[in-house]
Amino acid sequence: MEPMILTLVVSNLTHRPVRTALSIAAIALEVTMILTLVGVSYGTLDESARRARGVGADLLVRPPGTSILSLSSAPMHDTLIDFVAKQPHVTLATGSAVQPLSGFDAVNGIDLPAFTRMSGGFKFLEGGPFQQPNDVILDEYYAKEHHLHAGSWVQLMGRQWHVAGIFESGKLARICVDLKVLGDITGNPGRLSQIYVKTDNPANNKAVLEDLRNKMPGYQIYTMEEFTSLLTISNVSMLRNFIYVVIGVAVVVGFLAVFMSIYTAVLERTREIGILKALGASPGFIGSLLIRETLLLAVLGTVAGIGLTYVTQWAIHTFSPASLTQETVYLWWPIAGLIAIGGALLGVVVPVTKALRQDATEALSYE
Amino acid sequence: MSNTPLIDVRSLSKIYRQGDVDVHALRGANLQVEKGEFLAICGASGSGKSTLFHILGALTPATSGSVVIDGKDIAQMTAAERTIFRRHTVGFVFQRYNLLPTLSAEDNIRLANFIAGKDEKKSQGLPAAFTPILETLDIQSRLSHKPRALSGGQQQRVAIARALVNRPAILLADEPTGNLDSQNAAAVLGLLKELNQKEGQTVLMITHDNEAASYASRVVHMRDGQIL
Repeated sequence: MEPMILTLVVSNLTHRPVRTALSIAAIALEVTMILTLVGVSYGTLDESARRARGVGADLLVRPPGTSILSLSSAPMHDTLIDFVAKQPHVTLATGSAVQPLSGFDAVNGIDLPAFTRMSGGFKFLEGGPFQQPNDVILDEYYAKEHHLHAGSWVQLMGRQWHVAGIFESGKLARICVDLKVLGDITGNPGRLSQIYVKTDNPANNKAVLEDLRNKMPGYQIYTMEEFTSLLTISNVSMLRNFIYVVIGVAVVVGFLAVFMSIYTAVLERTREIGILKALGASPGFIGSLLIRETLLLAVLGTVAGIGLTYVTQWAIHTFSPASLTQETVYLWWPIAGLIAIGGALLGVVVPVTKALRQDATEALSYE
Repeated sequence: MSNTPLIDVRSLSKIYRQGDVDVHALRGANLQVEKGEFLAICGASGSGKSTLFHILGALTPATSGSVVIDGKDIAQMTAAERTIFRRHTVGFVFQRYNLLPTLSAEDNIRLANFIAGKDEKKSQGLPAAFTPILETLDIQSRLSHKPRALSGGQQQRVAIARALVNRPAILLADEPTGNLDSQNAAAVLGLLKELNQKEGQTVLMITHDNEAASYASRVVHMRDGQIL
């Protein structure tokens, strides 16, 4: 950019610092909305995948007709565990039942001894495994968010639970109780949401998978690699659509911010535009000046928005570590930037047109 | 002075619409100005002098007639051609100075140079050849200041410098002392006269003030859209 153009652009923006700051803040908000939503979507799915991998299973059996993020309760009979465990090359099978709570939370019922054999066991940071029917174990993030410790009492599913232990996050779930206890209190005894399968050799996973699919038609059976690879935005239509809606809202926010900012700037600067025209500035020169100002606002807003995303990340990690996980998705930085710039350019079209149509003599007499 | 006038206006008329009414601002005006003249155009409000200023400055098109300046008929020009004409041929001095408030005095002057494509150094200072004019205007010590830090007289001197930086064929001044006290007004008029005499700059000054007009080498009067 020519130094004189840069001087003009920067001086125009710094001459009206409040409006410039508000415009940048609005664009930053737009970028943060997009990046935070995308970051939470990626983070939550990746966290689910990480916990699923933490189980240590090779294969996963889910009931027919469930989605990958389904929080449905337990429709599979627990006799299927024995059936699966007896298949060739299967060394261990264990089931879990999922009881959804409010929001993103769910209680997982597990057969602790079998689960320990499969996963290597929980690493307890406080307390230990459940011993009594009303014992619950929690992962560190859930405990932190709800200010719970080993020995605390917590209200879940309409009853009081004794926190037996706090375990290191990364295995299956955030809240675990005994499988039988969960089945009894939910009126769903002997039922499972999913079955985890361990094989004698990873090389046999494919063969076991095919064998189980043949013997259990309709059931959704995956290798863990397959299952975790499905936990992406593009495979969760609800999330994908939600992201599109938020991006749409964000573009409107950016458009309105820039439209208002540049439109009032054009009105305020009617006489200045007249001066430029009197000096022989072409419509292209004046238009490009306004567009460059807008681009600079959009770039500064994008940078500020990326910075703000780290603030939301910190806030989520500090205040809601169990419910939401926000990742930094670098891939989306340029995408969010382009969306912000696109919205801003959309917002500058009308003001630029107005500026170019201004009659020089009228502009020069504008009070 | 050459035989061909620098400005040759013939049968110039301008009609503009105000609501549902056609206003005849100029009615067949004729004017010839030689190169190097300092001409004052006097007239009461509504006499058409500002419309003439705008047409001579190629800010607005004429309705009919011809306006030949420095060999070019601006009455026949398109808006784009008039833009280029303003860039190189005309320098404006307005009653309200019309400096860009966001730029320093120097950048205001350089901007005119830049728009005309003459800002050869791109980032540093004003052309060396322009120094004598800056000395005449006595604004060198105020170049780094923004307009709000300058007095009215200083702002008008900066505006004159901006108008002259591209060495235009004509300097058009519209009531250049209208916003100044008598001391500053006399100084600015004296500068215009000095620039006219020292640099040979052709100056056309619109004014309703006879005292201001007395600085010009020739005075014409306007009434009802015609030059008397």
